[in-house]
Amino acid sequence: MGTDRTDVIWHGRGGQGAFTASKILGAAYTLGREQGSALAFPSFGPERRGAPVRAFTKLSPSSVRDRSEISDADFTVYLDRDLMSSVPARGTVLVNTRESFGDSRVVSVDASGLAAEVLGAPIANTAMVGALAAVWGGVSLESLYLGVENAMPERLWEKNKRVIERAYALAGGRI
Amino acid sequence: MFLSGNEAFAHGVRLARPGVISAYPITPQTTVVEKLSEMVADGELESDFVHVESEHSALSCAIGASAAGARTFTATSSQGLLYMAECLPYAAGGRFPIVMMNANRSTALPWNIYGDQRDSMLLLDSGWIQAYAEDGQEALDLAVMAYRIAEDPRVSTPFMVNLDGFHLTHTYEIVDVPDRGSADSYLPPYETENRIDLENPRNLCFSAGPEFNTAFKEGEHRALLRTRDVVAEAEDGFLRAFGRGYPGLVDAYRCDDAEFVLVTLGSVSGLCRDVADELRSEGVRAGVLRIRYLRPFPSEEIVSVLKGATAAGVLEKDISFGHAGAVHTNVCSALFSGGVSIPVCNRIGGLGGANISRSDVRRVFADIARGERDVAFLQGGPA
Repeated sequence: MGTDRTDVIWHGRGGQGAFTASKILGAAYTLGREQGSALAFPSFGPERRGAPVRAFTKLSPSSVRDRSEISDADFTVYLDRDLMSSVPARGTVLVNTRESFGDSRVVSVDASGLAAEVLGAPIANTAMVGALAAVWGGVSLESLYLGVENAMPERLWEKNKRVIERAYALAGGRI
Repeated sequence: MFLSGNEAFAHGVRLARPGVISAYPITPQTTVVEKLSEMVADGELESDFVHVESEHSALSCAIGASAAGARTFTATSSQGLLYMAECLPYAAGGRFPIVMMNANRSTALPWNIYGDQRDSMLLLDSGWIQAYAEDGQEALDLAVMAYRIAEDPRVSTPFMVNLDGFHLTHTYEIVDVPDRGSADSYLPPYETENRIDLENPRNLCFSAGPEFNTAFKEGEHRALLRTRDVVAEAEDGFLRAFGRGYPGLVDAYRCDDAEFVLVTLGSVSGLCRDVADELRSEGVRAGVLRIRYLRPFPSEEIVSVLKGATAAGVLEKDISFGHAGAVHTNVCSALFSGGVSIPVCNRIGGLGGANISRSDVRRVFADIARGERDVAFLQGGPA
């Protein structure tokens, strides 16, 4: 929505870190050298582990004042492939899967595989942040590191920065 | 810092250094008191944090602490606010400048944890100052300013700061957190004669029969009216101390030459301004009047902005069943008293967390332009 605004919807399951992903991106874009404006928010309501959840990031070089729901995202990210019942009608779609869709709008990222290798657990959120940043091109790696430091506890910084760096490099070449 | 509205508010409270915090958790208020309890546990904030067993006790405890001369804070939401309702006129009548954050949330039934403003509207007549924040920065800044205003001897009245549940309390955005030094010089420690003092005994929280009751109630009313000037002074001081200004009881956006003005409050205001900009680019002279303070009510400001308009509408997240929204009723009363006769429609939206979309707001402006005067509900749903 909006001429200069980039809207992202994150789909995940409770506990997969979709909201953390939305915060890393929003914090990176505002606190980093991009100095943009961002809102990051969860799908409102009770938190339930394993249930489908959504999170949102609105990004703009000028002030983001509109707090309404995003219905028509520029980027839709699925942390869990099973949550995508059909490909969204508009925008670019990033899916955590090894499967290939043969659709130029859909980018497959083996985020769970990458996370398992680097983090030792298949927690895909930061890998998808790195992939999204590379595909979007609106936020630098250095800013994403700042975002990690803002949205995650210190013990998770180093490995998650590495995950982001790897995913960013992979997705820069469109995986 | 990149903070949620609740976290931003907690930082504002930390800077105000309340001596006593008493609270009971309720969604979507919980994270503000969680954050404050962490700050107290980590030694960032020196305060007696009292875990009470109910909201009624939370405010009762704050009243007691305030009567002992302490700066106090509590926070609640929805059913919790209604459960403590008995204590609200007590705090106001006792002239205790307690600051409370209310996370605006729907009231049952049907049970619902999402945001709307029916909770605080029910307590509009309880004698408290009521302000409504639009974003995280304003939430933090209001936390600090609220103490300065409430504790001013001309006011000495409790202050309820309202944050839209989830849309503001749980949304993360960039917020400037002032340093402790500037906050300390802006807000000196609370001093009052309205307290229990063994050296100078006085009667607090007493009875007053028919012969004196009116004088006390009129006193509360006059104090709230005087709050208008104190808000202006507190905002001037805030600008000097922190470099951020606020426009008083209302925030008028592109209203100077506006034909059609949408009156609203809280976190939906930004979307309304975006739509006003869109309409302006299409040649429609649209404006948005955001009400920041509902008590004291900005009657003069509303009359002054709307007297030049052709028509107006009020978009609010509450309904006084069988009549209209409380904000609409107040706006129309101000206009009638001020001799302004224009159509003012009333749109009730966002109930129980329903989405208010860009196209909803465009339709409200279209209704205003048609000179509608009715009360109607926005059903929500995506854009």
